[in-house]
Parts: sequence; C-alpha cells; structure tokens
Amino acid sequence: MLTYLRKRIISSAVPLLVVVVGVFALARMTGNPAALYLPLNATEAMREDFAIRNGLDQPIWVQMAQYFGGVLRFDFGTSMRTGESAADMALRAFPATLQLAGTTMLIAIVLAVIVGSAAALNPNGILDRFSSFVSMTAASIPDFWLAIVGIWVFAITLGWVPTSGVLGAAAWVLPVATLVMRPFGTLVQVVRGAMVSSLSEPYIKLARSKGATQYRVVGAHALRNAAAPGLTVAGDLTVGLVNGAVVVETIFGWPGIGKLMIDSILQRDFAVLQACVLLTAIAIFVLNILIDIGYALLDPRVRPSAGARGRRKARNEHRGQNNTPATTGTPTTSAPVPTAAIDA
Amino acid sequence: MTQIQEKPATQKTVKANATQRLGRPSMFSMLLRDKFATVAAVILSFVILLAVFGPVLMGELATKQNLMFMNKEPFDLSNGWAYILGSDSLGRSMLARMVVATQTTLLVAVPAVLIALLIGSLWGVWAGYHRGRRESISMRIADIIMSFPSLLLAVVVLFVFSPSAANIVLILAITRIPIYMRTARAESAELQSRTFVDAARTFGTKPNAIIARHVIPVVTPTLLTLATLEFCFVMLAESSLSFLGIGIQPPDVSWGLMVAQGRQYLQTAWWLSILPGLAIVVTAVAANMLAAWMRIATDPAQRWRLTLDKQTKKSLTTVIKDTK
Amino acid sequence: MMTEMREPTADKATANDTVLEVTGLDVDIRTPRGTVRVVSQVSFTARRGRTLALLGESGCGKSMTAKAIAGLLDPVASVSAGRAELNGVDLNQMTAKQRRAVAGPGLGIVFQDALTALNPVYTIGAQLGESFRIHRGANKKQAKAEAIDLMRRVGIPEPETRVNSYPHQFSGGMRQRILIAMAVALSPQLLIADEPTTALDVTVQAQIMALLHKLRTEDHMAVVLITHDLAVVAEEADEVCVMYAGNVVEQGPVDTVFSNPTHPYTKGLLDSVPSDAQRGEGLSSIPGSPPELNKIPSGCVYQERCPLVSAICREERPVLRETGVAQRAACHFSEKVSSAKVSTELANSFEEENR
Repeated sequence: MLTYLRKRIISSAVPLLVVVVGVFALARMTGNPAALYLPLNATEAMREDFAIRNGLDQPIWVQMAQYFGGVLRFDFGTSMRTGESAADMALRAFPATLQLAGTTMLIAIVLAVIVGSAAALNPNGILDRFSSFVSMTAASIPDFWLAIVGIWVFAITLGWVPTSGVLGAAAWVLPVATLVMRPFGTLVQVVRGAMVSSLSEPYIKLARSKGATQYRVVGAHALRNAAAPGLTVAGDLTVGLVNGAVVVETIFGWPGIGKLMIDSILQRDFAVLQACVLLTAIAIFVLNILIDIGYALLDPRVRPSAGARGRRKARNEHRGQNNTPATTGTPTTSAPVPTAAIDA
Repeated sequence: MTQIQEKPATQKTVKANATQRLGRPSMFSMLLRDKFATVAAVILSFVILLAVFGPVLMGELATKQNLMFMNKEPFDLSNGWAYILGSDSLGRSMLARMVVATQTTLLVAVPAVLIALLIGSLWGVWAGYHRGRRESISMRIADIIMSFPSLLLAVVVLFVFSPSAANIVLILAITRIPIYMRTARAESAELQSRTFVDAARTFGTKPNAIIARHVIPVVTPTLLTLATLEFCFVMLAESSLSFLGIGIQPPDVSWGLMVAQGRQYLQTAWWLSILPGLAIVVTAVAANMLAAWMRIATDPAQRWRLTLDKQTKKSLTTVIKDTK
Repeated sequence: MMTEMREPTADKATANDTVLEVTGLDVDIRTPRGTVRVVSQVSFTARRGRTLALLGESGCGKSMTAKAIAGLLDPVASVSAGRAELNGVDLNQMTAKQRRAVAGPGLGIVFQDALTALNPVYTIGAQLGESFRIHRGANKKQAKAEAIDLMRRVGIPEPETRVNSYPHQFSGGMRQRILIAMAVALSPQLLIADEPTTALDVTVQAQIMALLHKLRTEDHMAVVLITHDLAVVAEEADEVCVMYAGNVVEQGPVDTVFSNPTHPYTKGLLDSVPSDAQRGEGLSSIPGSPPELNKIPSGCVYQERCPLVSAICREERPVLRETGVAQRAACHFSEKVSSAKVSTELANSFEEENR
C-alpha cells in the first residue's frame, strides 16, 4: 500500500506542478488587477503602492518562488477582493460543490445500475431503446440550456422550485436534475455494456445450472463483475463534476468552487484562483486513490499482489469505454469487452 | 420422406439470399438502411447548407432592427415568414439571426475538430508507434492539457489576444488534442506489434513510411468516428464559453451566445434562449447518431448488422425476444 | 473394475433405471443467413450408474445437445422439437421455477473451461456453497462447511485455507476439480460433463476422469459425457452415441460399437487411432471435413466423405435402424461397413495423390 501511495504521489506530482505553474503564469497574463481594484482616477503612487502590497512589482519568477515558499508553510495568500485567506475561501466553497457532485453521482449511479441492468437483460427492448435515447440526448444537451429550460418550466411557469440558492430541498432539485443527465447517460451505457458481456460469460450459465434465481444471477453474479468498469467511469465522471460544475453553479447561484473559480478569474484574484486549482487537484488525487481501493475491493484479481501496474492497466481498459458513444437501435448481442488475462 | 423432399428447396433460397448479401455494400446504401442515421445525415447536411448559404440570403435581415416590432411571439404567421420564429428585444428576426449564428457556430466547431484531429492523431500515432520515452512524454503532456482548467485558458486568450472566433478555435483545438492522442496512441501501439508492421520493418521501410502506409489507414475509421462525436462536444463547449461571456463576443452571434443573451428575457420572451438551444440540441443529436452509425459501419465485425434487410432483422429480433 | 460394470445393457436396463430420456430432439439456431438446424432428431437414454458418451468432432452438435437438455442454450438457439425427460418429466415443458428446482439436485453440469466458468470475483467457498444456500437454505457458515467437505471429496489439498481463495489462484486442474465439485454438490441424478478435460494436460486429464468415475460410483449418478476423445469413451463410457453434423449416426454399447462399427464414420474414426500402427506406415485419416451446418446435404449427412457412397445416399437420408444387439446405425449399407476397409485405403491413396 505504501509503495502504491508513493508511486501515485510521484506520478501525480509532476503534472500538478506544471498545472500550478501554468495557472500562475497564465493568470498574470490576463492583465494587471490594479485596473479592477483601484478607482479610475488612481494616481501613479497609488498604483505603485498596490503593486508593492500585492507583490506584483517583482519579476514573475520571484513572485512564483514567494508563492511556493508560502505554500510549503500552508500559506496560500490572501484574496485581493475580500482580504480573506485564499485557502479559507476555497475550503468554504468546496463542500457546496462536493455535496452537489455527491448527490448527483449517487442518483446517477443508482439509476444507471437499475436501468442499465434491465436494458442488458433485454437487449433492444423498450427499456434498452429508451436508455440509449436518453444517453444520446444527454450527451447532446448543453447543460446551461437544460438549466434554463428547467428554470423556465419549473420555476417561472409552474413556480414549483426557487430559481437559485441552496436553502431547502427544493433548491437542490434543478441543479441536481441538470447535472445528473450526463453522468446517468454515460453510466447507463457502461453498465449496460458491461452487463451484456458479463451475462454472456460462462459463469452465468454455471450459476443458472445451480438453480439460481434470475435476481441472484443478475444481482450477485453479473452485477458484481460489471461493477468494476462502472466504478472507473463513475470516478472519472465525478472528477468531471468537481471540475466542471461551473456553468450550473453560475446559473443557480450555487456558492461552490466552480463559481468561486470563475469569479476569481474574472476578478483577477490570483491567490484564490490558485488555491481553487490546488484544492481541486488534491481532491481529484484523493478521489482517484479511493477509486483504486474500491476497484481492488470489487475485483480480487487486481488486489495488491497483482501490483499497481496491473491495476492501472485494468482500469485504463475500462476507461476506454468512456469514449464509446451511445448505440442506436441496432441489435447488439454482445459487446466484445476485453477481459484481463489472468493467471496466478 | 416428405421432409427430405422439401429440403433442397429451402436450401436453395438460403443460398441465394446469402450470395445476394455477399460482397461489401456501399457506405451510402448502408446509410439508407438505417433510418436514424439517414435522418441524422439529412439534418447535418441541412445545417451545413444553412451555414454556407444562409448568411448571404438573410444576413441583412439579421441585423435589421425594428423597435416597433420587439419580442414578437414565434409561430405567428401574421408577422410574415421572416418572423416565424419570433423577434428579439431589438425587433430583429430570430430566424435570420439563428441562420447567421449557424455559420459562426460551425466556423468554430469544424476547424477546431479538424485541427485537433490532425494534430492529435498524428502525434498519438507517432507516439504509439515508437513507444518508449517518446510515448510516455507525449502521454504526460496529454495528461497536463487534460487537467488544465480550460476556462482559464479561454479567459487568458480573451484578455491577452482579441476574443476572435479564431482564438476560440485555437483554445478548443488545444484542449481536445489529448482525446485523439490517447485513442490514436492506443491503436497504433497495438498495431506496431502486429506481423504486417514487423514485415514492413524487416524490408527496411522507414518508420514514417510505415506509419503512413500501414498504421494510419487502419486507425482512420476509429478517429473519424471519434471526430464526429467530438464535433458535438466542441459545439457544446463553444456554446458554454459563449454563454459564460468568454467565447464569441457580440456583435458576432452564435447559438450559445443567443441562449445567454435571451436568458434575461426568460420571463417575457422564452423563445429567445429556448430556440437557439434547441438548434444546438438537434445538431448535436444528429452528430451523435451519425457517429453511432459510423462506429458500426466502419467495423468489419459489426457491419453485417447494417446489411440486413428489414425482414431478416425483424425475424431476428422476434426470435431473440421469444427465447427470453 | 471397469469391466465388471460394463455388462450388456439391453437386458439390465429397466424403466426404473432410466434417468434421462431424450427423444427426437431438434435444436435450431437463427443466424442472419437463416435458420440452421444444429441438432437433428437426437434420441438416447441415460441410466443410473452408467455413463453415456456423446462422441463427435467439434461442431457436430454434441455440446448443443447438452445445453438444450440443461436449458442453457444461447438466446439465438432453441429446441424446436422433441422431448428431454428427466425422471419422466419433460425438461422443455417446465416453467422457469420448476427448472430452477431441478437445476442442482436433479441435474448437474461440469463445464468445459474452468477459468471462465468460475466467477472471478467470488471465493471458491462462496461459489461451492451457493448450491446449498439456494436449495437447502443453508446459512453462510453451513455453506462454507459443506464447501470444505466438497473440496476434500474432490481431492483439493488444505481445503480449510483454500476455501477462501479466488479462482485465479488455482491451477487449471484444481479449477476443474472445483467445477466438478460444484456439479455434484447436491448429488444430482444426472451429471452432464461437457468436455471436462479438453483444457487440461494429459496427466491431469486422467486424474479428472478418475475423479468423475469415483463420484459416479459413489452417488450412483447417470453421467452424460461429451467428448471428442475416443480413448476417453473406450475407458469410461458404457454406451456411446456417435454424432456427425447434428445427427446421431450410430449408437449402442461401447464394446459393441467399437469392436464392430456399423457406420462408416465410426469405422473411420476408429481406424484413425494409431494404436497398432507400424513405424513407417501412414496414419489413416478421414479425408475431407464435416459440412458447414448451413450446407448439410439432403440425403445422408456423411455422403461427402463416405467411401461407400452411392446414388441412394444422395437422395434419401438413412434413419437409425438395428444393426446389432442394442446397436443402431443410420446407414444404408451398415452390413458392408465391417468388411470394407473404410478409411485406411482411402487415406493412403489420398496421400499418394499428394505426393
């Protein structure tokens, strides 16, 4: 486990560093924040003073060195906008995003497992066509438009739910409903594909030959095998949600990390932006480890004895399915999913 | 004995049918067999035609303001055909504006997809063919691009350079390159260990020639399918950027921007943001359906599904149902 | 020991002993190119304490026959005619619930490929104990105890610790033992073994066959053994059905059929065994290959490769008829088969042609 963690940290460190440095440099290319924070008639002295206070008078590499020095002491700088600690602001916004993403994924997974399994049991049946239709539409609807349609129908026309805010259960309905479409659409196809291939495996016949009920065959034997690819894709989707709830958070006024990030980009609030990027990256890192652990729990073939390489390999194999577009109404008897070669 | 008598007859028909279906049908006839794909192709062709010829025909109408004719409801023929989709807050024809927006939308999405496809595929094929350090460095770069907040990239370009359509194309192309890279690398890494590539290598063929002659033709169908799918994604991404105010800038107009502009009138004039959004959805669904069809049509192992005539298909599905 | 058990079947067989009776079984597969009959008019009887072998080349329909009996046909295949009665009840007429009740206590199956037939994500103990949980309502602990007993019975060392291992942690031979244990868990009356040794080394094959034999004797089961291996049939089976292109071409007691084949295909198969072959003498083989299932000729199914073929064979499909004591064959010229040199000659000439 320790070797695994070490490897994981080393392999994530380089991209993370590049991203943070890149964000640091790019953010400063967007222009001088002085223009935004000082009155239009500010004197040259005021501008200089502002630059010195925020360390903007130094060359960029000195600023960077100072920033990383601070990060090592867990000092992530202060917001130019509010004067608060940037880390505090990011940490305060993060739970809102996490709650939204968590609720969305929970609903998406439960629905996808039920609908996907049912679709796999009857390929090309009504439910199968329905689910492939939903996933194709979900991949084609811009989420901001879906949100607007939702607001128009349910908030404006019907007046059932509020248009924004986090207060009360009703406020959750529209954001979650908007966000749930895409993860559900993707997952339902992954679950369906994995279930179709899992149901055509000989061990399903073996279970049937023992007199197992349909419920047992599907629920215990097929689903457990289909769970691993589903988990990988669900993990990637969660990462996407944590990263990309910007639009939905903006529209519904959800005080999450996405909204904070775009606000700080637009306000040139560099410290807060960097804190957001770092926090998201760390969250994604932790999420990936959790997925790896969950994967190992689900599939004994990739437990530590099999080595981290085998684990990654197996996961990446499943990841390929993520790109698989939804199927049309053509009959599909079995999806050729490669099963990892295994031998003790 | 009667059974035996009957046998030759049925056998013959089966054989005849089989020969009829032998040989590879043209892509076009396969397209016509799948009615969803046909509809999708028709829709996409229509959108492309609109983008090419629309602005010439309706460009003037799209900018003609008429403050006496504000926020007219759509689907009201008494306003004349130009206002069939209603008018906006400045009295401009929605129909004309949407037609003009079609061109902008496609002019961003199509080049972005093509650039990303070209660079990503070649890079990925090259990395996958050579393996080793070239591969791992390339993949690391892909990882970095993928984990970069593309919103920030868009804002930077917006502030540093001019917020033109060309720059948005650039951003979208760069952020989507890794997608093609990963797929192309995986396919080419698998191919480079095949015997026919080995054979070419033993003849002393140069790597680039092998890539061009043996690897690229094999991976092309997969990548084209992916590109069709990506067209849908890139279009959505452009509209998201425009919606957030960091994409296409007025006075240019794209579908995404129209949704954003219409948002403040949601209470009074719903069509301003709902209709352009619908255009995005219809185009994206069509691209998606065409991609799904292409995936089957370019896969030799699955192509037969599209060559079945209706009757066989029907009997096959009913049989599968019966045995359940 | 084996010879003691192999007594003439005809007089010993009583209705009481019959476990499985298959009559006129047809199985069809629907393909995009039309319906193909892969099993045609197959009939046989499996009796308690005896082994019946379905013998044939791959693709001859023997596995399909077994799957049809077990109710495990793929969705594109279905039984279109005939009966398969287990203790007098037609398996094909059963409801899904009745079938589930029979699967396990009535009928056990040993699958061919142990690696894919075992569920990779569950421990061996859980999979072995599953039958007891389904049919006997055992709890986890009882099921595990039963699993350990079973593992001991099929000769897996250290069952107490191995019970918690996963399939990929076992060798091929051990996995096959586990599959057998699973099939016999509830002492079924009928055991279907579908090529149980194909994926294994020769030495392990013998152990597995010995294990099957031991279990058959202990539980007094009827065994249907599906194989392409003539030696296994000669060693283990009491009766044999030789299948070719979906049809039974000859059936009867193994002794009789093997010593006095009355179908040219059986004869050809037996002659191709290099038992007494002299050094330097060409090995004999049957020229040609079985017909594709969608191109089975009208008339005799074996006409394309048969040395005795004549006009009638092309026109009329021979039906199974008595050719000896409890022996039946589907050939118009059964009487000629024993005297004719069916394949050796041909094979030699075939070889010469190629020279």
